[in-house]
Amino acid sequence: MIDRQDSDDILAYAVRLGDDALVLGQRISEWVSNGPFLEEDIAYANVALDFLGRARMYYRYAADLARDGRDEDHFAYRRNEREFTNLLIYELPRGDFAFSQVRQLFVDLYNTGFLAGLGTSEDPQLAAIAAKTAKETRYHLRRSREWVLRLGDGTRESHSRTQKAVNELWGYTHELFDVDPLEQRLAARGVAVDNRMLRPAWYQAVSRVLDEATLEIPGDDWAVRGGRDGYHTESLGHLLTELQYIHRCYPGCCW
Amino acid sequence: MGGNSDQAELERQFQQRIDDDIKIEPKDWMPDAYRENLIRQISQHAHSEVIGMQPEGNYITRAPSLRRKLILLSKVQDEAGHGLYLYSASETLGISRLELIEALQSGAAKYASIFNYPTQTWGDVGAIGWLVDGAAICNQVSLQRTSYGPYARGMIRICKEESFHQRQGYEIMLALARGSDEQRQMAQDSLNRFYWPALMMFGPHDGESAHSAQSMRWKIKRETNDALRQKFIDQTVPQIEFLGLDHPDRDISWNESRGHYDHGEIDWHEFYSVINGNGHCNRQRLQHHIRAHQEGEWVRDALAAYQEKQRQRDCQDPD
Repeated sequence: MIDRQDSDDILAYAVRLGDDALVLGQRISEWVSNGPFLEEDIAYANVALDFLGRARMYYRYAADLARDGRDEDHFAYRRNEREFTNLLIYELPRGDFAFSQVRQLFVDLYNTGFLAGLGTSEDPQLAAIAAKTAKETRYHLRRSREWVLRLGDGTRESHSRTQKAVNELWGYTHELFDVDPLEQRLAARGVAVDNRMLRPAWYQAVSRVLDEATLEIPGDDWAVRGGRDGYHTESLGHLLTELQYIHRCYPGCCW
Repeated sequence: MGGNSDQAELERQFQQRIDDDIKIEPKDWMPDAYRENLIRQISQHAHSEVIGMQPEGNYITRAPSLRRKLILLSKVQDEAGHGLYLYSASETLGISRLELIEALQSGAAKYASIFNYPTQTWGDVGAIGWLVDGAAICNQVSLQRTSYGPYARGMIRICKEESFHQRQGYEIMLALARGSDEQRQMAQDSLNRFYWPALMMFGPHDGESAHSAQSMRWKIKRETNDALRQKFIDQTVPQIEFLGLDHPDRDISWNESRGHYDHGEIDWHEFYSVINGNGHCNRQRLQHHIRAHQEGEWVRDALAAYQEKQRQRDCQDPD
């Protein structure tokens, strides 16, 4: 039985997942026409399309649950920095090619476990989205893994840039495995994934790739958290400024 | 003497194949000038696809709805794909992609001057899809019958995708034209700014086109600049009427005896002015391409170094 509390929780959960996907899709799309060669512009566009497509699926589900006239664009375009609940790792500026690929490796490995879990959700809609997107993640992971191997074990410069990216991103990975009261309630119902369970497999997989790429795992001496509470880095505001500019300039218009 | 008559015979046979509408393939004999002419035309087309990613890419992060964002991103991705097909078609003529990119960046090779115009508003994204891609299709449909096989086959695929692009551009314009007053103004403003430059995409009048006559004989080009331009002008009039927008050409009028629309004179001064560097984005487009290419150098180096290491590992450990 899904009661009112469950429905509100699932709505909030779907919005979070939509925010994660939208914010990363927006970041990745910045690479188009800026990649190191044409094939990478195409590949980045593909990955961005997958994440933006995910955002639409989660937001549409949220809109279905809300039943109050909000649609997918409301969630993407009409909320501010404090209302977005994406994890911080997704919003960080794209940085150089190494930074973007290391972030992608971290989140692709995270999503491998997460989507496998969500695929068994008691909520059929979330399970269906997970089943579809898990296939995309397999492809994303193949690419990000191959790139991190090449960049880590390429030239001295690529190695140093890639190690720097690992070090700069590591403190944002801890938040991926946090679970707040909302997720605990939903996990107990078999609806949400208990992210705490995902960390050991993630850590093992990341270690294997970094090791093969001749890169080192940094220490756990810092961690930044707060995305699920709307407590963001300054970069999110700028991302949303750009994303929402036209939509907000012409309120109520159809496009 | 024997060499010259052999050469003349090869050229005669070559022209015969062209006249018989038999495609020329990469390994076939061809005159040097035919090869050079093709490299110039195909690479210019490839560069146009790649530079053309910038004006529309300018709105990927700002597209006004998620649906529009996905469509625009797919479209720009398609342009990158077209660039790839066309670089590959050029490579069958014995030139490398690196050489082609160097020629673009040094200014030795050209790209379509239309991409030197700025995209200032969301309406411009619609106008580019509708008018710029629409003009490109008129040209490309005729190039499906071009004499060089790899180019003709590339065009068939590109045309399918371009007609989707044109529809998405027109759909953007339709949404604006049926929207608020501000949106209708945006659509009219974009139409006004992009209509004339789109007509200029077909190149100078036939009498003034530097490469036309020989290209027609070799069937690299299949229709003249003016014939293709007229086709585009004719198809665009009812599209503008359906949008309910004003036609930017006050002299447009149906000519019953010609069976075509008569139109006002194109401002060729502007055309040459923009080509010669006075467009709003000439320098920015090239600088953007050069910057991205330079920023990616360490990535390409890493890829090469890794592949070399792998090769050495494979040599040491054949299992």
